[in-house]
Amino acid sequence: MARKISMKQAINEALDLEMKRDPTVIVMGEDIVGGAGAPGEEDAWGGVLGVTKGLHAKYPGRLLDTPLSESAYIGAAIGAATCGMRPVAELMFLDFSGVCFDQILNQAAKFKYMFGGKAKTPVVIRAMVGAGFRAAAQHSQMLTPVFTHIPGLKVVCPSNAYDAKGLLIQAIRDDDPVIFCEHKNLYGHETDVPAEAYAIPFGEASVVREGKDVTIVSYGLTVQRALEAAEKLAKDRIQAEVIDLRTLSPIDWDTVVESVESTGRLVVVDEANPRCSIATDVAARVAQEAFNALKAAPQMVTAPHAPVPFSPVLEDLYIPTADAIAKAASKIASHAIAA
Amino acid sequence: MTDESVKPIVMPKWGLSMSEGKLTGWLKTAGDKIAVGEQIVEVETDKIAGVVEASDAGVLRRTIGEVDAVYPVKALIGVIADASVPDSEIDAYVASYVTPAADEEEEEEKSAYAFVDTPVGSIRYAKRGERGDAVVLVHGFGGDLDNWLFNIDALAAKTTIYALDLPGHGQSTKAIPENGLLGLAKGLLGFMDALDVERAHLVGHSMGGAVSMLAALEAPQRVQSLTLIDSAGLGSEINADYLAGFVSASSRRELKPVVEQLFADPKLVSRQLLEDLLRYKRLDGVEAALSTISSQFQADGKQRTVLGPELKGFDGPILVIWGEDDRVIPAAHANALAGAKTEIISGVGHMAQMEKASRVNELVLAHLGV
Repeated sequence: MARKISMKQAINEALDLEMKRDPTVIVMGEDIVGGAGAPGEEDAWGGVLGVTKGLHAKYPGRLLDTPLSESAYIGAAIGAATCGMRPVAELMFLDFSGVCFDQILNQAAKFKYMFGGKAKTPVVIRAMVGAGFRAAAQHSQMLTPVFTHIPGLKVVCPSNAYDAKGLLIQAIRDDDPVIFCEHKNLYGHETDVPAEAYAIPFGEASVVREGKDVTIVSYGLTVQRALEAAEKLAKDRIQAEVIDLRTLSPIDWDTVVESVESTGRLVVVDEANPRCSIATDVAARVAQEAFNALKAAPQMVTAPHAPVPFSPVLEDLYIPTADAIAKAASKIASHAIAA
Repeated sequence: MTDESVKPIVMPKWGLSMSEGKLTGWLKTAGDKIAVGEQIVEVETDKIAGVVEASDAGVLRRTIGEVDAVYPVKALIGVIADASVPDSEIDAYVASYVTPAADEEEEEEKSAYAFVDTPVGSIRYAKRGERGDAVVLVHGFGGDLDNWLFNIDALAAKTTIYALDLPGHGQSTKAIPENGLLGLAKGLLGFMDALDVERAHLVGHSMGGAVSMLAALEAPQRVQSLTLIDSAGLGSEINADYLAGFVSASSRRELKPVVEQLFADPKLVSRQLLEDLLRYKRLDGVEAALSTISSQFQADGKQRTVLGPELKGFDGPILVIWGEDDRVIPAAHANALAGAKTEIISGVGHMAQMEKASRVNELVLAHLGV
């Protein structure tokens, strides 16, 4: 039965349902229960923003508060995964991945390949991504391109509660390491979500709005911005198709290319920094695969090549806005209306 | 202040969840003479595209709705009136028209989706209308009660409509009763018990037609009449590729060509229709349920349950409706039941109740004698 819940609740529900279904699913992270060694009330925290709150009481002993050492507990989660568990490790902010990068880059991502396909590493690393939370440069980055670059990792970044639940369930059931990126400014975003368990397959983009004049491709929070932009464009009689990639690795090239083949115009929106990003990746692939269909140069709307500023005014300018997206689309599609 | 001879054309409400629709094209221009039932304007909802047909005769005096614009349900999109009505009166009508607020009604309709516990598990259903005989709408394989979105309101004007999600379908239990279609038929009777519906007219589509017939044979005293739309159970041929494709499709790209086979006009398959189907198919247990039902329903490309040429043991009236271009179950099966009234509709595929809703509604109401 579907009802409206927030993305935060949807993630909690996915963990709940999978822990109930499969006893090998465990959750590890800093403060996900009550804080390591802290006296007093257990389940006081449920993670820094309360995503795992309530699970400790249902599954005692299966949510592990870890020391403040990402290299230790991400390594432990990856090790446990190779030994038959299905750990979900909460990295809090993906910005902290620097200190546990060897475990992710050189271990988890490589096992399947270096052991001839015999090793499975079914670990999920959940982490917050993105700006707009007034959390400054070290807690606000969109590092999705860094992980998408690495073969052997799957990278997921949902744009809404429905997708977050189905993609997280798929991530937990998947036998490969998955980097699950949760935009902190989407935690309160509500959509219709069924109460039952369901899995959304990886590598299948969602066409969230149909249109014939221009294709806008994005993922995460900026999908919502792209939809706002499409509304603005519709007032100018430009019909934008909006594609939510949902997973960046694997990525659904077919849906993107087919759409551009019909619209002839592409705008890629990426909250990551512009160089070597999802935006450059999609633009390059489309230029190669659908060059003859293009009626205009692909446009990229991204954050600037700078760390996320702490000044709220600057931070708001930093993330691609609906206006910026609409402007980029108008630039290449405005002459479509005359036709 | 307005003459009763001025008739509004409004954004229709197709299905319980529709709150607005996009006008996609006028099929008539202002000044055209309109007869009742004529197709006037095309509308697209987030579920499906359809055509608004005239419920009043006259002259199309105004086309107010703009192409590609979105209007709330019941918003005025056009005006029909006799040629003798002066323009000033039409203008006054348009100026004073107020779109009825949907809020209160919306709440009421939301609660029209309900759940009931039955011996086969939890069943979701919608109940609409309060007068006349009880009518139960039974969808087909892989469908749900929203397959009746163009029919529920029209039929509920003169009857009490119950539309359910069969076990394994929609938001009902995903546990499948034993004994194949007969199990589903017993589940249907159990659903009627749970709602204290002693006797009802059964309207079944596709597999739901076979389920309705089996229910009528199981408990003939409880079934007042049968309406079978593009029904299973009347012959052995069936498009097994469709069934297999529907069960296995897990992406939009795989599902689209499969679902397009249901309609004579594949353009009716909207993005949202596919998305809703995928949302259902992704639920844990659905693929297994569909696969079980499919194997109980057909083997080696043939339907396993063939009833007729007569439904021995059921004496009630039977109406058979078929889309001439049905690509799932051939329209030739329409003549399988001796003694049934038969209507074949041209230019329509397997989803006759959606593709030519007004005709199907008319036939069903006439069959029920209301």
